[in-house]
Amino acid sequence: MTSLIPDFIMERWLSFWDVLTPLTQFLVGKTFLIVFVTVCVILTVAFTTYFERKVIGFMQGRVGPNRVGPLGLGQPFADVIKLLIKEIVVPQKSNRFLFLVAPLLSIVPALATWAVIPLTDTLVIADINAGLLYVLALTSVGVYGVILAGWATNSKYAFLGAMRSAAQIVAYEIAMGFALVGVLMAGGSLNLGEITRAQAGGVSHWFILPLLPLFLVYFISGVAETNRAPFDVAEGESEIVAGFHVEYSGVAFAIFFLAEYANMVLISALTSIFFLGGWASPFEGWSFLGESNLLRDPGFFWLAAKISFFIFVFFWLRATFPRYRYDQIMRLGWKVFIPVTIVWIVVEAVMAWLQVGPWSGLAG
Amino acid sequence: MEFKTFVFYFLSVILVAASLRVITARNPVHAALFLVLAFFTASGVWLLLQAEFLAITLVLVYVGAVMVLFLFVVMMLDINLERMRQGFWNNLIPGLVVGGLILAEMVLVLGAKYFNLENAPNPPAPEAGYSNTKELGRLIYTDYVYPFELAAVVLLVAMIAAIALTMRKRKDVKWVDPAAQIAVKRSDRVRMVSMPVDKE
Repeated sequence: MTSLIPDFIMERWLSFWDVLTPLTQFLVGKTFLIVFVTVCVILTVAFTTYFERKVIGFMQGRVGPNRVGPLGLGQPFADVIKLLIKEIVVPQKSNRFLFLVAPLLSIVPALATWAVIPLTDTLVIADINAGLLYVLALTSVGVYGVILAGWATNSKYAFLGAMRSAAQIVAYEIAMGFALVGVLMAGGSLNLGEITRAQAGGVSHWFILPLLPLFLVYFISGVAETNRAPFDVAEGESEIVAGFHVEYSGVAFAIFFLAEYANMVLISALTSIFFLGGWASPFEGWSFLGESNLLRDPGFFWLAAKISFFIFVFFWLRATFPRYRYDQIMRLGWKVFIPVTIVWIVVEAVMAWLQVGPWSGLAG
Repeated sequence: MEFKTFVFYFLSVILVAASLRVITARNPVHAALFLVLAFFTASGVWLLLQAEFLAITLVLVYVGAVMVLFLFVVMMLDINLERMRQGFWNNLIPGLVVGGLILAEMVLVLGAKYFNLENAPNPPAPEAGYSNTKELGRLIYTDYVYPFELAAVVLLVAMIAAIALTMRKRKDVKWVDPAAQIAVKRSDRVRMVSMPVDKE
């Protein structure tokens, strides 16, 4: 890294840095990190939309976007520019303030959660003890954007979409929380970094195998929480036009769109961290791969690969399954997922208590 | 002024203003939203007290679940504000009595010097690696396990009672058991009939 920057610039920079007080260093460093992570998330979202259209296109025997730039890679930017220069239409009988605040209420939690996501062993904005609780709390706050958008629009379609979304998010949040109880029992900590470190030692130490039911419940609940197909009744274009954001246009719509995709990336990152060892390499501890190389060492690209895989699964599900009916969604959440998670938490507790399986060291 | 003090007063001003707007806002949805803001700010104040578990749980439970359902109900109800205001004078006396009691209780807490608090030792400063959540869990599930479980049972009974009282079976629902839907075979739905071709 240092070789990239000439020595005299590095020295200048370091001497400048040392003059600052520790507090200023902290503030400047964290601000830089926050801006960096936010910009990365937004860029990821931009290319996720491209990725989605390509994946769905190939699954349906089409080519997807291929006009703007090489391979159509400029498409996300063309979309952004188009959305930026469109007019925001505010319906006359709507509640103007809440109508404009609602998109912000849905994007802020989606971005703020990244504060506790460990990107590598050392790179995390806020390494807090109650990280898992923070994640749960913020994901549950995201529902306000949807509800307020639906109510402030003052339209029946929007309101129906908001109601469906609220019921769905509240239902699946419980299953999600219970699935995470299993993760925190296995990891022995609420800190996301500690949970990842508890899974060190190759693919056999990851939580995905011993916690397979919880993994499935968590990821499917994540799909339901983000209002993605096959759980997208909140938008349900075949019945309620576009649900809660039916009257939104231009940038206001773009922010809802951004929030939905940021939440998708977030759920993918969280699933990777909780069940697939985050930044850890699957080949850790495989001595025949050599001493220390790119394949065996943990690193950010492992997390990126896992996140990309789960984002792909989101699109795969969307291209494969027809939309659930509303009462089927409710039944799945309350009558299937919650009992499954409770049973598996009990199984896990008994295993830890009887000192069998991967958690023999946890009891006491 | 220390930074912490500044944060405390900043949050407190928002909290008091939001709480006042909860009872003065004309639109019930606005009042509920101000209550959400009040909860959120209160959680910030709790964070200042280093009670991070309680603070995050407040957001998780009250903001994330209770207020969502509350808002839901308020939005669904067709509230007639004129009729709501008619009861103002009738309810004034009981309201004043209850309010006065609450005020008296709060003033009593303010008179801390009569509780002999100066003689109580300050809690020891937490050591490094101290986890509020872990400590709380240890206390609840060991020393206070029976009161905790009792509270849980009371809540469970209340929940089941509420469901049992309001549950009604609707007759006009065309509900099908999903297991039966999946178990369906082609022979249950389609009958192949061999029809001889008519010759003219």
